[in-house]
Amino acid sequence: MIPGLCRDCCGVAGEASTCPACGSRCIVRHPQLFELAIAHIDCDAFYASVEKRDRPELASRPVIVGGGHRGVVTAACYVARIYGVRSAMPMFKALAACPDAVVIRPDFAKYSAASHHIRALMAGLSPLVQPLSIDEAVVDMSGTEAMHGAPPAAVLARFALTVEREVGVTVSIGLATNRLMSKIAAGRDKPRGFSVVGSEAAAMLAPQPIRLLPGVGPVQEKKLAARGLTRLGQLQALSETEARRLLGADGPALCARARGEDRRPVDPSRETKSVSAETTFDHDLSTLAELEVPLWRLCEKLARRLREAELSAGGVVLKLKTANFANRTRNHRLASPTCLPDRLFAAGRLMLAREADGTPFRLIGVGANPLAALADADQPDLADPDTGRAVATQQAIDALRAKFGATSIVRGRGFNNPASKA
Amino acid sequence: MKFKADRAVLLKALAHVQSVVEKRNTIPILANVMIAVRDVKLTLTATDMEIAVVEDVAATSVRNGACTAPAATLYEIVRRLPEGAEVEFDHPGGDAQLAVRAGRYATSLVVLPIEDFPSMTAGTLPNRFMVEARALCGLIDRTRFAISTEETRYYLNGIYLHATESDGVKVLRAVATDGHRLARVEIELPAGASGIPGVIIPRKTIAELRKLLEEASGEVELAMSDTRIQFKVDGITLTSKLIDGTFPEYERVIPRDNEKILRVGCKDFEAAVARVSAISSERSRPVKLSLAKDLLVISAASPEQGTATEELDGERVSYAAGPLEIGFQARYLNDITAQIKDRVEFRFSDGSAPTVVQDSADPSALYVLMPMRV
Repeated sequence: MIPGLCRDCCGVAGEASTCPACGSRCIVRHPQLFELAIAHIDCDAFYASVEKRDRPELASRPVIVGGGHRGVVTAACYVARIYGVRSAMPMFKALAACPDAVVIRPDFAKYSAASHHIRALMAGLSPLVQPLSIDEAVVDMSGTEAMHGAPPAAVLARFALTVEREVGVTVSIGLATNRLMSKIAAGRDKPRGFSVVGSEAAAMLAPQPIRLLPGVGPVQEKKLAARGLTRLGQLQALSETEARRLLGADGPALCARARGEDRRPVDPSRETKSVSAETTFDHDLSTLAELEVPLWRLCEKLARRLREAELSAGGVVLKLKTANFANRTRNHRLASPTCLPDRLFAAGRLMLAREADGTPFRLIGVGANPLAALADADQPDLADPDTGRAVATQQAIDALRAKFGATSIVRGRGFNNPASKA
Repeated sequence: MKFKADRAVLLKALAHVQSVVEKRNTIPILANVMIAVRDVKLTLTATDMEIAVVEDVAATSVRNGACTAPAATLYEIVRRLPEGAEVEFDHPGGDAQLAVRAGRYATSLVVLPIEDFPSMTAGTLPNRFMVEARALCGLIDRTRFAISTEETRYYLNGIYLHATESDGVKVLRAVATDGHRLARVEIELPAGASGIPGVIIPRKTIAELRKLLEEASGEVELAMSDTRIQFKVDGITLTSKLIDGTFPEYERVIPRDNEKILRVGCKDFEAAVARVSAISSERSRPVKLSLAKDLLVISAASPEQGTATEELDGERVSYAAGPLEIGFQARYLNDITAQIKDRVEFRFSDGSAPTVVQDSADPSALYVLMPMRV
């Protein structure tokens, strides 16, 4: 008998197609179901789901989260996806595909709160939880069966139900032997999925296009196709020597992944690598005076995100996208780490001044790289005796905003705003 | 234009001018030196639009005229000529090539028209005074290490020179800071300098001036306005723009009543810091000073490499205040101790407050260091 689990009551299912305990037909079966312990948890259309939760009247409507007519789709609900709307798609294209869509401006504070709630629930699964983004994490549940009194699969099914009940969004779970396969599994059965991949990983991958592997982009796909390699099965068949000869130094690693192998451990201490904020304009902007306005707002947002993550910026990265979709990225190393918006802005503006040469831009972004500890930020400075006051002022602003909302106190510089909201 | 000059004399002058020309300049003429003979006198001129150097060079068999030629190429040619050679420059005028000959060596260089050569005017320089070259070197050497390279605070990218009073004595004072350390050095106010404006002299100007002073003895003539400064020494005139900004109110950050005083032999201290800090190649890692009565323990730790400590005690250390632990970047300590001869005096407040460092025997220089978390 192939082991089975009822996803509605989390009880062990028998051979029948309905659950003996609750009668549900929602049963997941797999020969290794109760042996596997690496799970990838991914929220379904996270931002859109949070919005639908808060506005139940939108439940059956196509919902797109994103900004302005010129913005991009940040998230699309599954109804909108039926019309072909995808994240990162320019909004005008999305609205052309799905004119009835309800467009909602993103409210990151709300998503962040929901994400924190889900993280807190994950902490009950295992000590080895590695968040991958605001709505994704990988969990290693090896050795937790005794503690939970149930195998990982049952605990995860219960977790998914708890998230639905307490947070009001659905998650998809991929359960497998390693991180790679758990991620692929999670993506296979969305939304509200529960997908299990065991020893059949290689056989399952073989007929799939190479693009399925996380990390293989269109460029690499094209390169491989030029060598006649389009299916993962073809990579699986290559010996290590052939792989190296055909695909270079990284060839053998790519072939191992094509076979569904992955040795990366789940590392809860894995640090955040970058913090950033960006915005797409309603209309192209080209002058320094125009571009500074969204830059300032983004610097404020970046500063807030840094402080929330208990980090600071050791350097500032400016990102611009021209009207022709060409990206420009510039870096500026700071003399000492900061999380003050004014200092981030000073560095960002310096780089922006060199780029604002009349070129029309459609997007601006600002990020922190390298990251530094918050404790090292904005130390007393001999050349700026007022650093302490600037830090105190910012803390006061943060406190006011936490209590009365983000717009309760705005710097003069933030008022004049012809561009879209950052 | 035509002249003959001694290789060594020419080489020295070309070395000065070629270091001023901008190496990565996109405007070709700025890579050139202007060679001019007027009124039987030869001068070389180079500029990067921020700084200009004009140097008189001894020459014979002169004929008036002028042209511009690539400074770096000319320098390399003259440098490779045999010692003691007499070099002849010959330019018939217009856009003809410049002939350079020495012995049986000959070259022809493409020139650019002198009309295109930018002139950097000094304007009127109402403040003028003389200062000893040695004293000026002292001001520069003991402050330049603290000059910031931070672009966002461009007003820190130089030495702030101004006239002020120190304990009732009129002084000419130089200050530089990058926010982590501050250097304040003063000399007796030279005659005629009391009315000078406070000026920020750019880092590159300081570097070029210091090179000229290396070979100089005697006095340097300084002249300045609010926007320009000019130095004249040994027939060389260096004119520079000043940084247009406001230097911070540095006096506010200099602690007045730090009472925990450590005196330690400077060379012993310097060598111990160097040994202890060798444990970590990471430049920003601090060394820790742990103090107890007449005992100084210098230590450093690197998570990858391990730890190191060295104790200084006995006659080399005097410290009477309570126990204290404080961390500094080794490089910053070294920059300061390199300027101190015999005994260094630290005045601490606590482990997180600015520390004053001075030469026990020389109050003319004062340094402030920000501690690091250890």
